[in-house]
Amino acid sequence: MTTTPVPTRAETEAMIADVLAQYPKKAAKFRAKHIKANDPEGSKECEVKSNIKSRPGVMTIRGCSYAGSKGVVWGPVKDMVTISHGPVGCGQYSWATRRNYAHGHLGVNNWTAMQVTTDFQEKDIVFGGDTKLEKVLDEIVDLFPLAKGISVQSECPIGLIGDDIEAVSKKSSKKLGLPIIPVRCEGFRGVSQSLGHHIANDAVRDHVLGTGEGTFEQTDYDVALIGDYNIGGDVWASRRILEEMGLRVIAQWSGDGTINEMASTHLSKLNLIHCYRSMNYICTTMEERYNTPWTEFNFFGPTKIVSSMRKIAEFFDDEIKAKTEAAIARYQVRFDEIIKAFRPRLEGKRVMLAIGGLRPRHTIGAYEDLGMEVIGTGYEFAHKDDYTRTYGMLKEGVVLYDDPTAFEVEEFAKHLKPDLMGAGVKEKYVFHKMGIPFRQMHSWDYSGPYHGVDGFAVFARDMDQAVNSPTWDLLEAPWSKAGEVA
Amino acid sequence: MTTPEHTSAIPLQVLDHNDVFRDEVYQEQFENKREFENGASKEEVERVLQWTQTWEYREKNFARESLTVNPAKACQPLGAVLAGLGFEGTLPLVHGSQGCVSYFRSHFARHFKEPVPAASTSMTEDAAVFGGINNLVEAMDNMSALYKPKHIAVSTTCMAEVIGEDLFSYIGAAREQEAISQDFPVSYAHTPSFVGSHINGYDVMLKGILDSLSKSADADASKIEKSDKVRLNIIPGFDTYVGNHREYRRMLELMGVHPIILGDHSASLDSPADGEYDLYPGGTTLVDGAQAKFNRASFILQESTLRRTAELIRDVWKQELVTLETPIGVTGTDAFVTAVARTADVKVPAELTLERGRLVDAITDSSAYVHGKRVAIAGDPDLVVALTRFVLELGMVPVHIVSTNADSTFKARMEKMLSASKFGDAATVWPEKDLWHLRSLVFTEPVDLLIGSMQLKWIGRETNTPLFRVGFPIFDRHHLHRFPIVGYAGGLHLLTGLVNTILDELDRNAPAHSYDAVR
Repeated sequence: MTTTPVPTRAETEAMIADVLAQYPKKAAKFRAKHIKANDPEGSKECEVKSNIKSRPGVMTIRGCSYAGSKGVVWGPVKDMVTISHGPVGCGQYSWATRRNYAHGHLGVNNWTAMQVTTDFQEKDIVFGGDTKLEKVLDEIVDLFPLAKGISVQSECPIGLIGDDIEAVSKKSSKKLGLPIIPVRCEGFRGVSQSLGHHIANDAVRDHVLGTGEGTFEQTDYDVALIGDYNIGGDVWASRRILEEMGLRVIAQWSGDGTINEMASTHLSKLNLIHCYRSMNYICTTMEERYNTPWTEFNFFGPTKIVSSMRKIAEFFDDEIKAKTEAAIARYQVRFDEIIKAFRPRLEGKRVMLAIGGLRPRHTIGAYEDLGMEVIGTGYEFAHKDDYTRTYGMLKEGVVLYDDPTAFEVEEFAKHLKPDLMGAGVKEKYVFHKMGIPFRQMHSWDYSGPYHGVDGFAVFARDMDQAVNSPTWDLLEAPWSKAGEVA
Repeated sequence: MTTPEHTSAIPLQVLDHNDVFRDEVYQEQFENKREFENGASKEEVERVLQWTQTWEYREKNFARESLTVNPAKACQPLGAVLAGLGFEGTLPLVHGSQGCVSYFRSHFARHFKEPVPAASTSMTEDAAVFGGINNLVEAMDNMSALYKPKHIAVSTTCMAEVIGEDLFSYIGAAREQEAISQDFPVSYAHTPSFVGSHINGYDVMLKGILDSLSKSADADASKIEKSDKVRLNIIPGFDTYVGNHREYRRMLELMGVHPIILGDHSASLDSPADGEYDLYPGGTTLVDGAQAKFNRASFILQESTLRRTAELIRDVWKQELVTLETPIGVTGTDAFVTAVARTADVKVPAELTLERGRLVDAITDSSAYVHGKRVAIAGDPDLVVALTRFVLELGMVPVHIVSTNADSTFKARMEKMLSASKFGDAATVWPEKDLWHLRSLVFTEPVDLLIGSMQLKWIGRETNTPLFRVGFPIFDRHHLHRFPIVGYAGGLHLLTGLVNTILDELDRNAPAHSYDAVR
């Protein structure tokens, strides 16, 4: 089965059946709807079900609503203090691990890589935590006078014990004279991080959007960069391209972003969205409220960067179009150099991915630019509209898995024997043991940026160093017979 | 630029985030973006920064009553997962919201650089209303089919605890509904994250496991293999140094004692890369766990952490219980070796005496560089106590001692130790304080060295103080956990790291004339 780069649909279906046969009946029936052999036409029988509860006990790779709100949307807003409201754990595990880079001094005018929590104790559960929250808000303002706002990120207990964080936030906001935003992102809400993104977007909509008057003269070229969390500096590399096209970025959502930028985004002439899954909500809101058009773009790899630049330029005048073409011509030199260096080393290599809500499709082009092929991909927390966008990007027969379990990812890898696996830190070391090259595709494995022209070079280098590392030749001891390693 | 020039192995010079943003284009971008941020002026930021380093700020910082900033503690179920991973064929299952389990798995994976299997019952809104019995039953069914554990260790998230889930009856239901067989081993513990910290979760889960195993069919003294060797239980606790588990085993075997490490995650969190992924690479066998109560004695090596486990051993097993400080350093290890020899009625072998002598020899070699150095120490209470004893032994001067998750006995325990040493009188002990408190302490009363987890790194950078990493979590340095820090061998590892951290710092800051070739 693995001699051809991509198995046929029938072969993939047989592989899926094989893996599902090991599940109990109920779970097998459920999982069958989430795993399909791709049909680029997106036919009904190949439609992947998504955004549905994970089965208990299967070792889902998903997180929770809090992770989607605190970890993704709100946490990177650098001049706000993000409170992990509830017990100590959630904030502890998400402390500084997502690599949302930001300028500013930690604890003075930047709180991104800090863990600020109400640290609930039993008495807070029994008697309610509103009094404590109010006190915590006072103390934050006292210790962090340059904070421009505070968001209250609810952990599970908040919604279960009937706390009124909205009332506390409203009262304290008035008293302390700064925005305090209650967010109902309790981890048990919804089925994954995804609802947390939505809840977080709604909180921005209700409390921040349109409240700024703009601290700058407006121009016709003002755009907002939405859905880029500046992992390893991604947003900076993307912003560079937009600026070289002659556009002016007035807001970053939310990597290295500020509350003032979010509050002033309604002044944008065009909203550019990278991570559609986590921030389409706010784009739709701005379209409805302010008639701001929005467009999706993809800054992974030359092909997608160039087509995205042209797509964005279409919204503007000839001057922008000319600058865009000039920039593309300059970038092409660098693209050629990168591809010349790395493509021969990666040509024909087969990639499996299991990532969040955007990258399982958005990175496909970048791999293809390097001569690599994605032979299996899936999302942790996508919706139907993400899969609709995915089918046509992949060949027939490629396996698509929604909310894959640890078991499935491992089994599919055993069947398909990819040359590279891209997933998260929970998966990483399994594949190291198996001798399959691996890159973390959430955190960029502590590297990056991967966006933009500068990011593509890093992406290519990192894939090369994973695939072509000499360490993979060391796995077998010379005295162990092949396949019989002790 | 640290990237090498083009070679056949490195075909193109590529700048990543460490270097690429130094470019003028980016520097200009960052400067121009300030217009849209509407932040404080650079002067104002600098003024506030300076103020946060003052005594005035320290007093304000210590006056807070409700806010927690950068605590050095995690929540109970994290510890419960580690306890589960210490036993053969065991898959931890955490009952409640699923995001928690993803966090635990990521957190440990970042520290150990290892896979961390654990499952969730994936409770959502409906389970919050109606209870999660069906979730737990289905979880056991799915886990059994996919991951084939020999034993499941169940703990809880705060969601399950707030709504009052009854694990005992749910596990019964899983047996009734044949998700698992009647005799399939399941242990459980309630681990509310709004009580205590990860160390308490470790404790109650370990107690749960030992309690259930010791009631299993394997708990039969007649089944114990006959041997002249005395069997002793060693209970390391929430100990993230897999090298420690191996060191305890080695030392006891040298002494002619049969060691039973209860909660031995050294296999599951340090497995080989050999082409196969093994979900269950080892751990304390379930049989050893079951028979542990028949062994001569149990050694508790983390007093604050293991209180409930100690109760089980003393009150239910009625077994001899030896509670010692974690054996770090010379006197710590002496006390351990002495107690093992006495309890097992064996002689200390010459080899251990030799190892002790080598450690003492090494300390005398390094003494001049560590003597009198002022240190701040932070971490879990038992580790902090043991480390403090070691630094006192070296003639270092502990100044700030912080333990966010210290219990009520911590302060007295520390003060007793400090007052027994000539080097202890400069120390102040800060139970329940966090690392934002520690930041103020170090700014106002500087030290030469920080000792603690990766989470102290920001204080180190801001105050220009070197950090010697000990404890958990350590995400940003590799392999430290693979070596022991207990026993004489562990003492040598710790000393090597400590003194060389100081020497690196000395070299980095030395004027040209004092940049000595010999130290």
